[in-house]
Amino acid sequence: MALAREPQRKEYWRWTEYNWRNPDLDWRRAKTITAGVDVGSVSSQAVIMCDGELYAFANMRTGSDSPTSAQRAMDWAMENTGMTLKDVHFTVGTGYGRVNVPFANKAITEIACHARGGNFMYGPTVRTILDMGGQDCKAIHCDEKGKVTSFLMNDKCAAGTGRGMEVFADLLGVSIEDVGELSLQVAEEPEPVSSTCVVFAKTEATGLLRAGWPREKVLAAYCSAMAHRVVSLLERNGVEPDFAITGGIAKNVGVVSRIEKELGIKALKPRYDTQLAGAIGAALFGKALVEKGRR
Amino acid sequence: MIANYGYKDGAGDWFLSIDTDKCAGCGEKPCVNSCPEQVLEAITDDYDDEVVAVREAHRKKLRYSCNPCPRMEGKLPCQQVCPADAIVRSW
Amino acid sequence: MITAGVDVGNKFTKVVILGDGRVLAKSAVLSGFDQAAASEEAMAAALDKAGIGRDDVQHITATGAGKNEVPFARSTVTEVGAGARGALYLFPAARTVVDVGAEEGRALKCNEQGKIVDFAINEKCAAGAGSFTEAMARALEIAVEEMGPLSLQSTRAVPMNAQCAVFAESEVVSLIHAKTPKEDIAHAVHDAIASRVISMVRRVGLEKDLALIGGLAYNAGFVRSMEEGLEVKAQVPEDPEYVTALGAALVAAEKAGEEA
Repeated sequence: MALAREPQRKEYWRWTEYNWRNPDLDWRRAKTITAGVDVGSVSSQAVIMCDGELYAFANMRTGSDSPTSAQRAMDWAMENTGMTLKDVHFTVGTGYGRVNVPFANKAITEIACHARGGNFMYGPTVRTILDMGGQDCKAIHCDEKGKVTSFLMNDKCAAGTGRGMEVFADLLGVSIEDVGELSLQVAEEPEPVSSTCVVFAKTEATGLLRAGWPREKVLAAYCSAMAHRVVSLLERNGVEPDFAITGGIAKNVGVVSRIEKELGIKALKPRYDTQLAGAIGAALFGKALVEKGRR
Repeated sequence: MIANYGYKDGAGDWFLSIDTDKCAGCGEKPCVNSCPEQVLEAITDDYDDEVVAVREAHRKKLRYSCNPCPRMEGKLPCQQVCPADAIVRSW
Repeated sequence: MITAGVDVGNKFTKVVILGDGRVLAKSAVLSGFDQAAASEEAMAAALDKAGIGRDDVQHITATGAGKNEVPFARSTVTEVGAGARGALYLFPAARTVVDVGAEEGRALKCNEQGKIVDFAINEKCAAGAGSFTEAMARALEIAVEEMGPLSLQSTRAVPMNAQCAVFAESEVVSLIHAKTPKEDIAHAVHDAIASRVISMVRRVGLEKDLALIGGLAYNAGFVRSMEEGLEVKAQVPEDPEYVTALGAALVAAEKAGEEA
């Protein structure tokens, strides 16, 4: 095959996939077991919750089709637990591929799930959630119960998304997990990259590298351009504290710190993997639906 | 909930904002049929409310879907027929 | 009288030397990151081809994204102005001119006198510019020049959902995985970019004749998608890429006439 002959090239965009299980919980004692499966355009998460407590999850890259990605994430979350799909009372699918989760009982939009999940992850005081995903960016306002009061989403353009950051990680030969830290190692903050469009920003960055800019300076210029883009999206609905950032980019300290600086507001410190918000919210919706059915 | 459908680009902000709390109480939903481009549809949202939303196919090109529409007193047809003033546009 | 037009584009810098209304020479070099050097290089190459020296040229007008970087230009003209001028010189009946280059797309409408009555410029977004086709050619692992001929072999229209060039690249890769023939994908790519250019044309209002200029007009697949989408035959010059430089050279001739 043609592909096999190509020289091995490091995949800088690749982030660490992993699974986790709560050692202090025994699912066999749980009254309600629900699952949330968030099939995004770039990453997929499966979360299992026992009576509203986080029991297990898996976080991995989305494959070429949604049903297989959902199944693989769910299998990995249940790995070594002795649990099977039959033990799960209700499963909610969410994300871009939500209608293609074969074992889900219901599909709920990622907007509603992110608000619900954000409420769990950051507590009832969170009012603004900025979700920076692989191929979209969402600004969500919610009440103390995690119900959406307003939302706005950009999925038209790669600027301000994880995919845009992947393009840059690849261009500069920096692992996506190191981009944020590296972008902060500049003595002075450079002017942001002027192009919003990722394709043009890439051309611009190539020029900066040729002009002798070190990688960290180019990354700083891109991270601040991305922060600016996202803040301009947030302006439409305003930012009401408490403020939290979810999604993969929330792990990029270079972007997060620049968003905080531009907004003049600190984001809440995450206690969970920021990529789990959608799946956690989905599992909690499942719990509410099961309990409603029992009443 | 204020549902903002649309996007921001170099030429400006192109959003239709629907106040679904106002919209959920409306049985007729006359806005849906008032739109010559079928931009709007009635859906059941995640909180089981019957509301109006912008169709997926139009969300990334609202600027082009809505711009040919005639304005009366500055309002698009969907805005004119809405009994609850639930539809706001950003441009 | 000899004049020259220099069009410093985002990708290429083009020079046209005009002698008494006749093109004496033209040249193009990559703009790179030093636009002044690129314009010097392109000018030297064109002078060489014409067999004349710099002193023989009475007036030089610059246009394009880097028009202010040309050290030897006496005057500048906007890309829209130069594009209209060049297109109407070649096609006097043209009323709508579409100019799509590597990073920018423009649509303009003019009246019988060649005066621009309305124009629209795309939003600094690769989705409506030549870069889009380049990125998709990369994803298809073919040369960008092959895109046009390849798509002409397609008889089927497959839809492309992504607007953004970055997302469209992933979509092309999934289409390849789904065993969609490459010619159909190339066709879809041209339909997608044409649909965005067409919405720009609709904004200024289409009036016949339609002329297509700029580097993307070399691409027969794009031209077909434009013609099908607008249901009108398009006028395409032999060297669409040089039309804006030609327009600048015509402006230069006018200025030289005024000075004389």
